[in-house]
Amino acid sequence: MSKVSITVNGKATAHDVEDRTLLVHYLRDSLGLTGTHVGCDTSQCGACTVLLDGRAVKACTLLAAQADGSSVTTIEGLARDGMLHAVQEAFHQEHALQCGFCTTGMVMSTVDLLSRNPSPNEQQIRHGLEGNLCRCTGYHNIVRGVQHAARKMGGATAAAD
Amino acid sequence: MATIVEPSGALMGASIKRLEDGKFLTGRASYTDDIKLVGQTHAAFVRSPHAHARIRGIDAKQALGMPGVHAVLTGEDLKGSGVNPMPVGWLLPDIKIGEKHALAVGTARFVGEAVAVVVADTPALARDAADAVVVDYDVLPAAVEAVDALKPGAPQVHANAPGNVAFNWQIGDKGKTDAAFAGAKTVVRQRLVNQRLIANAIEPRASAAAFNPANDELTLYVTSQNPHVHRLIMGAFILGLPEHKFRVISPDVGGGFGSKIFVYPEECVVAWAAKRLARPVRWTATRSESFTTDAHGRDHVSDAEMAFDADGKIVGLRVRTIANMGSYLSLFAPCVPTYLYATLLSGQYDIPAIHCEVTAVYTNTTPVDAYRGAGRPEACYLVERMVDIGANALGMDPAELRRKNLVPAGSFPYQTQVALAYDSGNYEPALDKALAMLDYKKARAAQAAARKDGRLIGIGLSAYIEACGIAPSQVVGSLGAQAGLYESATVRVHPTGKVSVMTGSHSHGQGHDTTFAQLVGSELGLGVEDIEIIHGDTGRVQFGMGTYGSRSAAVGGTAIYLSLQKIKEKGKQIAAHLLEASPADMDFADGKFFVKGSPSKAKAWGEVCLAAYLAHNIPANIEPGLETTSFFDPGNFTFPFGTHIAVVEVDPRTGYVQLNRYVAVDDVGNVINPMIVDGQLHGGIAQGVGQALWEGAVYDSNGQLLTGSMMNYGLPKAENLPSFETARTVTPSPVNPLGIKGAGEAGAIAATAAVANAVVDALSPLGITHVDLPLTPERVWGAIQNAQKRS
Repeated sequence: MSKVSITVNGKATAHDVEDRTLLVHYLRDSLGLTGTHVGCDTSQCGACTVLLDGRAVKACTLLAAQADGSSVTTIEGLARDGMLHAVQEAFHQEHALQCGFCTTGMVMSTVDLLSRNPSPNEQQIRHGLEGNLCRCTGYHNIVRGVQHAARKMGGATAAAD
Repeated sequence: MATIVEPSGALMGASIKRLEDGKFLTGRASYTDDIKLVGQTHAAFVRSPHAHARIRGIDAKQALGMPGVHAVLTGEDLKGSGVNPMPVGWLLPDIKIGEKHALAVGTARFVGEAVAVVVADTPALARDAADAVVVDYDVLPAAVEAVDALKPGAPQVHANAPGNVAFNWQIGDKGKTDAAFAGAKTVVRQRLVNQRLIANAIEPRASAAAFNPANDELTLYVTSQNPHVHRLIMGAFILGLPEHKFRVISPDVGGGFGSKIFVYPEECVVAWAAKRLARPVRWTATRSESFTTDAHGRDHVSDAEMAFDADGKIVGLRVRTIANMGSYLSLFAPCVPTYLYATLLSGQYDIPAIHCEVTAVYTNTTPVDAYRGAGRPEACYLVERMVDIGANALGMDPAELRRKNLVPAGSFPYQTQVALAYDSGNYEPALDKALAMLDYKKARAAQAAARKDGRLIGIGLSAYIEACGIAPSQVVGSLGAQAGLYESATVRVHPTGKVSVMTGSHSHGQGHDTTFAQLVGSELGLGVEDIEIIHGDTGRVQFGMGTYGSRSAAVGGTAIYLSLQKIKEKGKQIAAHLLEASPADMDFADGKFFVKGSPSKAKAWGEVCLAAYLAHNIPANIEPGLETTSFFDPGNFTFPFGTHIAVVEVDPRTGYVQLNRYVAVDDVGNVINPMIVDGQLHGGIAQGVGQALWEGAVYDSNGQLLTGSMMNYGLPKAENLPSFETARTVTPSPVNPLGIKGAGEAGAIAATAAVANAVVDALSPLGITHVDLPLTPERVWGAIQNAQKRS
């Protein structure tokens, strides 16, 4: 067992966990933050994506102990004061989600993508999200959602690549 | 035949943003794995590592001694406690059913089959203990490919299915078809493989059960597209739990695509163990378990022949299909390669003679059942490939060959030669619209110019037909279905005029909360915020058949519509009484009941609802309250259709296929929410493209699944797809009063053939006339190499 201290969505958390505990299980089981999902065993699907010190990581690929002392933002911490984050709002406006299971990871990856490139073109968006699988939308409206968010956040997506 | 209601009011036909989005976007949805039960324990399954093996013994001593382990249970325990084998829900003449228990008894028949279960305090302890269970296997030879399993001397999967044949089945007029071929000018022949697919909903299957000894009630949370079907089959046939003591809840479900229709061993074991141990028991699949144990889809090998006359008219289609059913018949598996497949072999075409024989085969592989489209993509791929192969042989443009053979606009309802009667259709405008959107002439000219530069560009068409909302119950019952295929809806109007709708349909991404609210709001003159759609809980919803086969709007929506009409009728009687008018003179519009011709003599919706519940002043012959339940059993399937066109470029050096454009014109009848319908089509197209280019389950000769993870099964990624260009024509269905046809599977049905035709078209200058799916770089490169060797 190890004592792990992680700031999650701005709040200090600390729990004793088995050494083998993954970050995603720390979030889901120790903290009850079930918005971070597990979709695969091989770090392919990206449903577990969270921000670790501001950068997108797959929480199923990291031990909780590796995140000790870090700051994590999950989907539950994205909306502020009852207002959806621009990416969440854009996904709603563009119907960029259906079953919702990949959505939370897709939103977190998009937040990271736009922080690195505020004005991505379609090809850059598609490349930027290749680590997140969606089986419902065919990605069509997810691309529209990312473009919508980029516009709202002050960047502009190039019309064509 | 029902009359068509023109969509009216601002809500119908409007792209309302989805009402359910908030919880999904903020991480507050409740999927099965998110729901914690007090005192819960965790199940881990011991699974067969062999495709075929006799179980000589199971030694659980070490596992039982490990900390936190509550039980190790086997198939013998299950059978011994009276749990029945898992039933087959669609029976055909002379079908041979290989007995399947939720935990294998005596023999394991595919890699991943559950042999025992461990229940422990945590998932990790359960997994560790499962690994410590020693199973003594006597490994047997395995039958893997269906074609091989039919050969003399092949390993036998079930003793009661000689030659591994589960059933033989045929449809159409053989004599008439043979005669058509004898008189034909041109006949084309091709063996077509429709490869095995794995659905891969991003949420893995999960179940969690709790038994309450105080009232003898068992509650099961399960990732199901149809919780009432789960309750019926598990309760009445497998576990022997009475329905009023067995509640099945399928909360938020992360995609299904067919794979979450069926009753699986794991939920049966979890429910049984929870009652036996008097502790909540839960299980969530790993992705590896999803790959090996979720029902797979497709897996046909077909020998197809299409006959043409001198003018290019199709005069006959003859097909022999071998369908790989896997190791056991999954719940609805027998209907997939029969009534959902061969009945669609006329496509959009007026084909005067069709005959199809199907041999369904057991193999030592994961069971195969419905996956998005279920039979219809196999039919569409076959027909549309054969039309293209025919066009090539006849030297005709594939678009013009299709046009020449379309069922003419004036001939609906159209009776095909394979049992079905198409409800309504107008195929040529959809073809023309797709050709115009692409600018077909220009695209062909660009293709010709590129070919001169040695570039391999291809254009592929797919003019598809779908059959949705399989019905009516009487007919499907006569064909072997062991269930009705209606849907129910209860509309409960509250005293304040707010509305709860309990629907037997289930939403796992389809957006029913929004679409059904639009329907209710439009009929009752309410805002969508005043309407609540309840589904997925047998404790709250009266009954239902669930969501699959693109049936929710056409069948489930119509059940709601019928209840709404009854509510309005009762409202009119109450309003008439309050206004001292005759009920026959009452009308309802814009949220008011009023006397026809004098709109000021009116009672508002809310006044009537309150009056119904106060019951101080309602007609003597009317009961208080305002609630009604309807069941809708459609008179026929509905038949959406359309034309999809793909443009690809093949890299001759690597065989990589780049999908450059995808144009889709779909006719799904009347549309409630265009945004949601477009989303359904996008997702379907991506899955169809996936089948064409990347996806495919591969087994080695021992029956080991080589594509057992997302690392080696080619799911479509954002990077590999273009944006889709979509449009619609609208031909209402006469089958239901809303004129809706259905949209959930259309994309997956159409897209595979469009892309495959485009790739073969691109390769045609090399003399290539066919390449089997999936058209991976390896396979396309190989075809190019072989063609170059030949020339």
